[in-house]
Amino acid sequence: MPLPRLIPCLDVASGRVVKGVRFRRLRDAGDPVELGAAYSDAGADELVFLDVAATVDRRGTAVAVAAAVAEHVSIPFTVGGGIGSVADAAAVLEAGADKVSVNSAALARPALVEELADVLGSQAVVVAIDTEDGRVRSHSATRDAARDPVVWARECEGRGAGELLVTSIDRDGTRGGYDLELLARLRDAVSLPVIASGGAGNARHVAEALELSQAALLASILHESPERLASLRGELRELGVPLRDAA
Amino acid sequence: MRVAVALYGAGNVRSVELALRRLGVEPALAEEPEALLAADLVVLPGVGSAASAMAGLRERGLDTALCERASAGRPILGICLGLQLALVESEEDGGVAGLGLVPGRAVRLREGRVPRIGWAAVDPDGEAYWFAHSYAAESPATTATSEGLAAIVEEGPFVGVQFHPEKSGAAGSRFLGRHLERCLSRA
Repeated sequence: MPLPRLIPCLDVASGRVVKGVRFRRLRDAGDPVELGAAYSDAGADELVFLDVAATVDRRGTAVAVAAAVAEHVSIPFTVGGGIGSVADAAAVLEAGADKVSVNSAALARPALVEELADVLGSQAVVVAIDTEDGRVRSHSATRDAARDPVVWARECEGRGAGELLVTSIDRDGTRGGYDLELLARLRDAVSLPVIASGGAGNARHVAEALELSQAALLASILHESPERLASLRGELRELGVPLRDAA
Repeated sequence: MRVAVALYGAGNVRSVELALRRLGVEPALAEEPEALLAADLVVLPGVGSAASAMAGLRERGLDTALCERASAGRPILGICLGLQLALVESEEDGGVAGLGLVPGRAVRLREGRVPRIGWAAVDPDGEAYWFAHSYAAESPATTATSEGLAAIVEEGPFVGVQFHPEKSGAAGSRFLGRHLERCLSRA
């Protein structure tokens, strides 16, 4: 298996990183390109940019972010948020992104996953699954999608998804650890790579998640600080997690 | 040094273009056979499916141009699907005939999680590079491996890499830089 991956996630609205930013060496910490490049320098294995604003021209926003990031970052990155068609996804990849992440659009029309995989290849298609109380949620976790997470994960695999990004809404922001039971069920249910998300509070939590999944998405644990990413990588190595030497 | 990146509807051309620019090379994006024949090095990128990529090459007459280049001993660098297209055949999409620049065939990965996505060490190179693939070459021309899978194949002027140097950060940039130098010293 390839090495376990750490993936900082940047929430972007109208071309700016949202949430407070504490990295002091950045000239403009709200700039997704600068923050992304700083994470890359700090050893990130990949980056995820999620457009969290429901703006009118979401494709335009996603393409602009992808183009700007690609200019300055030479590690893989995923763009998600508001991608609802093959044309949207192709435009983002042409701008330099490696993968797109789809969530509510795939729940509304699961054939989208197949269409994306046929045209772009499975390796470019991440399906994000938000779970709460054992159910899949859609529309930024505001609606019940009336599906069991494992059943939906299997369906996504059958339709050609390349990876699953699984967020436990119950755990998200709690810093109490990942939903290991869910990750274990998914490990057994699908043979796709799984990216664990939601609940990381310390290095041990991340190490536990990486025992069961192939990558960990890191959001609030980093405080938008590349320095924290670098220190976390060091702590994980001490716990025996074989991370890439990014030098 | 004139570097052309083949443009045929199946590549992450933008990423390759940007990676070359970081090394001070301004590549030409080439959709015509003449442009591929004129360059000192042709990069054949590729993501997506083998059948549609092969069709993209044929529609533009780039398949013939690449074969001509190879017979004339002129360098080609195939990346990911670009490596797999250079083989004799691929078992993807029910079987697809390749360019035949390199002996061997692309076969579906049967072990581990598929697609195989992530950073993995290449032996004997020693560096970790970014991989994202569901098929891999089985070829006697394999010169480097990653977890037992072909990572680099070389046959005459053709070098194919299963990983994405253009997405492999500093290690990838060093790889591309060394490759450009090697092509330059040959030219």
